[in-house]
Amino acid sequence: MSDVVVKIEEIHKIYDSGEVPVHAVRGVSLEIRQREFLALMGASGSGKSTLMNMLGCLDRPTRGRYELDGVDVSKLDKDELADIRNQKLGFVFQGFNLLARTTALENVELPSLYGKGRKSSKKMRERAMHCLDIVGLSNRADHMPNQLSGGQQQRVAIARALVNEPQLLLADEPTGNLDSKTSIEVMGVFQKLNEQGITIVMVTHELDVAHYCKRNLILRDGVIVRDEAVQNRSIAETELAKLKEAETAAKLLAAGSPAH
Amino acid sequence: MRFLTTLRMALRALRRNTMRSILTALGIIIGVAAVIAMVSIGNGAKAQVQAAIASMGDNLVLVGPGNQGQGGGVRSGAGGATTLTVADADAVVSSFQTSDSPEENNVIAVSPYVTGRAQVLANGLNWGTNVYGVGPDFPAIRSWRVVEGVFFDEPEVSSSAKVAVVGKTIIDNLFPDTEPSAVIGQSIRIFSQGGGGNGPNSGGGGGTGGGTPFRIIGIMAEKGFTSTQDQDDVIYIPYTSHMKRISRRINISQIYVQAKDEDSIIKVKNDLTDLLTQRHAGTVDFTVQDQADITAARTASTDAMTYLLGAIAGVSLLVGGIGIMNIMLVSVTERTREIGIRLALGAHGSDVLTQFLIEAISLSSLGGLVGVALGIGGSIALGNYKGWPVEPSTTAMVIAVGFSAAVGVFFGYYPARKAAQLDPIEALRYE
Repeated sequence: MSDVVVKIEEIHKIYDSGEVPVHAVRGVSLEIRQREFLALMGASGSGKSTLMNMLGCLDRPTRGRYELDGVDVSKLDKDELADIRNQKLGFVFQGFNLLARTTALENVELPSLYGKGRKSSKKMRERAMHCLDIVGLSNRADHMPNQLSGGQQQRVAIARALVNEPQLLLADEPTGNLDSKTSIEVMGVFQKLNEQGITIVMVTHELDVAHYCKRNLILRDGVIVRDEAVQNRSIAETELAKLKEAETAAKLLAAGSPAH
Repeated sequence: MRFLTTLRMALRALRRNTMRSILTALGIIIGVAAVIAMVSIGNGAKAQVQAAIASMGDNLVLVGPGNQGQGGGVRSGAGGATTLTVADADAVVSSFQTSDSPEENNVIAVSPYVTGRAQVLANGLNWGTNVYGVGPDFPAIRSWRVVEGVFFDEPEVSSSAKVAVVGKTIIDNLFPDTEPSAVIGQSIRIFSQGGGGNGPNSGGGGGTGGGTPFRIIGIMAEKGFTSTQDQDDVIYIPYTSHMKRISRRINISQIYVQAKDEDSIIKVKNDLTDLLTQRHAGTVDFTVQDQADITAARTASTDAMTYLLGAIAGVSLLVGGIGIMNIMLVSVTERTREIGIRLALGAHGSDVLTQFLIEAISLSSLGGLVGVALGIGGSIALGNYKGWPVEPSTTAMVIAVGFSAAVGVFFGYYPARKAAQLDPIEALRYE
C-alpha cells in the first residue's frame, strides 16, 4: 500500500480569470505507484498541462484531494508547496530551462541550494557531480548551457531533477525541442532511471515517444478517456541500434552508387 | 546559511552582467564621489580660513566701521561707513590705560589701521601692492616679527615720518638682486591709487617725478600665502603718514586691539562698544568683532556652499537610485523565466525577494564605496592641481556609503517584491 506515490481523487480545476469560467480538469482520479513510467497524452486543451501543473504542486486543485507520498498537498500554502517541489519532485521541461551563463554543475546544484536540510557545499557539489555522471555528462560539468547541444542540455536538466532524490520525476514534453535521434537518447536516459526505481510521469503528444513508457493515459476535455499499459514497448537501446544500422546502410548505398 | 547562498547567487548574477552593473552603479558612484570631494574641499577651505584667522594674532579684537544696530536712515552695511577716526583710536588707548600697573590693563596694545592700494616705484622697477598705515604696536598685535632692521616707533608715527617696513614679496619684486640687509635704507616711491586717495601727487614729499619717497627701515618675516592672498605682499608705514601723504583720508579703516588674555576678550568688546557708542553720540555705527566672530562670518559662506552642494549631491544620489530601480525592473522582466525556474525548483518568494534586494543593495553600496574612493582621489588631485587644502571627512564617507545602501533598499524593494510575487507557471511560460 505504501508504494503509492500519487493518489488523486476527483480533482477539478476551474479557471475563472476570463469572462467564462474554464473547467480545465473535470474530476480526475488517478493512482501512480512506485517505479511506474506513465505518459500523459492528449490534444491541446485537453487539460493535460493543468493536470501536470497540479501534479507538480505548481497549482492547486479547485476541488478534490491530492496525496503525494502520503501527504495531502491540496491545502498547503505557497511556501509549503515550494518545499514539496524541492524535496519530493523533479522537473524536466520542454525548453530545458537551464540558467544561462551558469555552468552545468551549478545548474544541477540549484535545487539543493533551496533545500531545507542544509548540506555542506562540498557534499552538494559531490551529489551534483554524481547526478551529472548518471546522465553521462560529468565531463561537461564546467560547460555553459550555450556550449551544450539540445540533448546534452536536456540531460543536464534531468540531472538537476534528480539532485534532491525526488519521489516523482515530472517531464513536460521533454523531447519536444529535440530531433528524433536525440529524443530516443533522452528517452533512453528516462528508461534507465526508471529501471533504477524512479517513478516518472511524462506529458507528450507524440505517440512514438509515449511508446517508451509503461503506461499511457489519454485525456480529453478534462477527463481521462483511456488508461492502459503499453504493449510492444519501445526500448531506446534497440531503437538506437536500428537507427545506426539504417544509417550504415544508407552510407553504404551512397558509397556504392557512384561506382556502378 | 540560506542567506549566504542567496548572497552568492546575487553577486553571481551581477557578475554575469558586469558592464550593465557598472553603468547602473555609475549614478551612485558619481553622486557619492561628488559628496565626498565636496566635503573634503569644503573642510579644507574651512580649516584654512580658521588657520588664517588664528594667524592674525592672539586675543585680537577688531573695531571696524559700519552699521551694526538700528541706526535710522541709510545703512550702508559693515565696512561701508567711514566713521572711525584717529581720535577714536586714541580714546581707546587712554581709556584702557586707567591703571598705572600694566598687569591690570585688559588691553595690551592698540593700533589704528588704514588700508589702500598703491603703486610703488624703486630701483627702476614698479609694483602694485597693499600699503597699510599702522601703529608701532602692530607687529606685536599680529605676532609678526621684523627680520631685518626695525619697525617704526612712536616718534616716527607722531612726526608722520616717511619710513616703511616691507614684506618679502616687495623685495623680490623691487630689489631682486639686492641682499635683504642691503635693502635697508633704500628709498621707494609710493603712488596712491584708488581707495580714499587723490592719485599720484607731487606735493607730499617734494620728490622729483611724483610719488612720495619712503625709506625702508625694516623687513617683515616671511608669512606665505592664505587661500586668496600673498601675506608678504605688503608695505607698512605709520598710519599718520598714510593718511597725510598717501590716502589723504581723515578716517581710519579699523582699530586693532589686543586683549590681555582670552577671558578678557568679552569685557574688552563690551567696553569698546560702550566707549565708542558714547563717543559717537549714541549711534552704533561701528562693529566690534573678535576672531571667533570673524571665523563664524567667513565660514558661514563656506557652510552655505557646503549645504548647497550637498543638496545637489543628494539629488544625484536620488537620480542614481532611480537608475538602479529602472535596471532592476528591466532585470526582473528579463529574468522572468529564471525566476520561474527558481520558484519551480523550490525557492520561496522570500528567497527571490532577498536575491533581488541584495543585487540592488550590492549595486548601490559597491557604487558608494567606489564613489568614496573616487571622491577622495578626485579631491586630492584637484587640491594638488589648484593648490587647495583637502581634508577628507570620515563621517561623510560613512554617511555616504550608508545612504547609498539605503538607496539600494528603497529603490530595490519594489522590483524585488514584483519578482517574488510572480506565479511560477506564468513565469515559466514567459518568452
